[in-house]
Amino acid sequence: MNRQAQAVVLFLVGGAMLHAGFTDLYLRYVKAGLRPLLLAAGFVLIAAAVATVWYERRGGEPHEDHGHGHGHVHREPRVSWLLVLPLFALVLVAPPALGSYSAMRTGMALQKPFGFPALPAGNPLPLSVVDYAGRAVYDHGHSLGGRRFELTGFVALDGNGEPYLTRMVLNCCAADAQPVKVGLTGRIPPILEPDTWLDVVGTYTGKRVKDPVNGSVIPFVVVSRARVVKAPADPYESPE
Amino acid sequence: MTATEAAPTRTEDRPAEEPPSQGQGWQFSSPLVVTVLLIVAIGLQGPVRRALSAPVMQSWMTVFVAVVVQALPFLVLGVLLSAAIAVFVPPAFFARALPDRPALAVPAAAMAGVVLPGCECASVPVAGALVRRGVAPAAALAFLLSAPAINPIVLTATAVAFPNDPRMVLARFGASLLVACAMGWLWQRLGRADWLRPPARPSSEGLGKGAAFWGSVRHDVMHAGGFLVVGAMAAATLKAVVPASWLHAASVNPVVSVLALAVLAVLLSICSEADAFVASSLTQFSLTARLAFLVVGPMIDLKLFAMQAGTFGRAFALRFAPVTFAVAVLTSVLVGAVLL
Repeated sequence: MNRQAQAVVLFLVGGAMLHAGFTDLYLRYVKAGLRPLLLAAGFVLIAAAVATVWYERRGGEPHEDHGHGHGHVHREPRVSWLLVLPLFALVLVAPPALGSYSAMRTGMALQKPFGFPALPAGNPLPLSVVDYAGRAVYDHGHSLGGRRFELTGFVALDGNGEPYLTRMVLNCCAADAQPVKVGLTGRIPPILEPDTWLDVVGTYTGKRVKDPVNGSVIPFVVVSRARVVKAPADPYESPE
Repeated sequence: MTATEAAPTRTEDRPAEEPPSQGQGWQFSSPLVVTVLLIVAIGLQGPVRRALSAPVMQSWMTVFVAVVVQALPFLVLGVLLSAAIAVFVPPAFFARALPDRPALAVPAAAMAGVVLPGCECASVPVAGALVRRGVAPAAALAFLLSAPAINPIVLTATAVAFPNDPRMVLARFGASLLVACAMGWLWQRLGRADWLRPPARPSSEGLGKGAAFWGSVRHDVMHAGGFLVVGAMAAATLKAVVPASWLHAASVNPVVSVLALAVLAVLLSICSEADAFVASSLTQFSLTARLAFLVVGPMIDLKLFAMQAGTFGRAFALRFAPVTFAVAVLTSVLVGAVLL
């Protein structure tokens, strides 16, 4: 790959990072906190592309002697071409955030919360799936009481077609994403497609099952109302 | 994957006219290739999207893009640091900063890893720059191994992920430092200079500081970036293909469980800032097995192996990676037996 091509690839990769960082696209792949780093990296890559063209034009790098005379021209190895793959994947395909397929292949992973502070007022009270599951599993629902909660997540179905309201929990990027699942019982909509985002209002129940993948406990919620909603901007939740 | 094998050797004597990625006799220039590729990709967008809509392919792509997007900022950080070392720090600085005796320089360099806040992608280019700047390879390698595991960000993440086992932080710090020093001393004893064969770099002699700096940035990003993509593809494949239930089966036997998590750390290639959270969720495994996961992961994984091969040469990576793996597993078991 010669220097012009490298400049083009650097520019495009940098541009793709900026594109992902300035839209919500990056939230499908990494945690929100990485955004400043992502944008900075994009600017640096574009600067490197500009600098490459600039010094090339000024003839500042004397080793590019266009093939005749002494020595060899330094080119980057072919493996550098692979950098165009994530570029295409990010800009042209923009794969979706991890959904029910990954969630059902991976065992429920729930950090034990540090404590269970009293919940604020609200009826129904919006709660993250992680918070609800943490209180249900490790606090046995004591701090949940008989209140109504509003949970948002996507639908995942297990082998028997039982529905779970699921969020993937991200620590850094989608490679380390792990699901938190809450079983649905009560007034469940008759037809549930996997990966549909649901807004569920319901109450705590002592019912729980074991995740067949890793034996972790999955809590349940008794649904009193469920409606289909749009996927949120950040499809992942962060650990408590 | 075939591209990795061909890569390091072919850079050297290729005449300028030979097109970069096509057969002989085609007078392609690289920008033309890029443009054609772009047009073809845009044209085939529809069919490609349909082919990629299967859940396996989608999760593969998501993990692949995620690994690259997450690692690129840290790679860029490492590349900037490495360019700064190469251009602005005189070689004499490292001669003064590190002890003369290599036996002491190794632990000093390993401890210096505390100051590089980032994950393993940043440490590879920096270690490469240190070697080129005249730092003893043994010391640079100790730095390469310790930096991603013992910096404050990673240790804090570990403490947060294991709130009930504060000893895990100490164990991780100690075991990682031990492995880094052991590998440095091993290299000093047994390592041979001709195994370290970094690929040819553009000479920066006679260039202004700006040109040398940006030349180094460009070279490192293109180079390490290509290998990062290889590693990300491998990691995404394993994440999408290997069923998690295998792990459940492996957790029963204590010996198998340590090995299983060590291998998992290699295959998953998770950023060292996040691996503690994954380890803490592997509750069916013993703490020692999870320590092995945390010690092995930042030192050797698929992504790192590809990047090390790109930075130091394949002959080096093929020898260094398995030994690092073995030393890391053994040390984790020992430290785990004492501390956990």
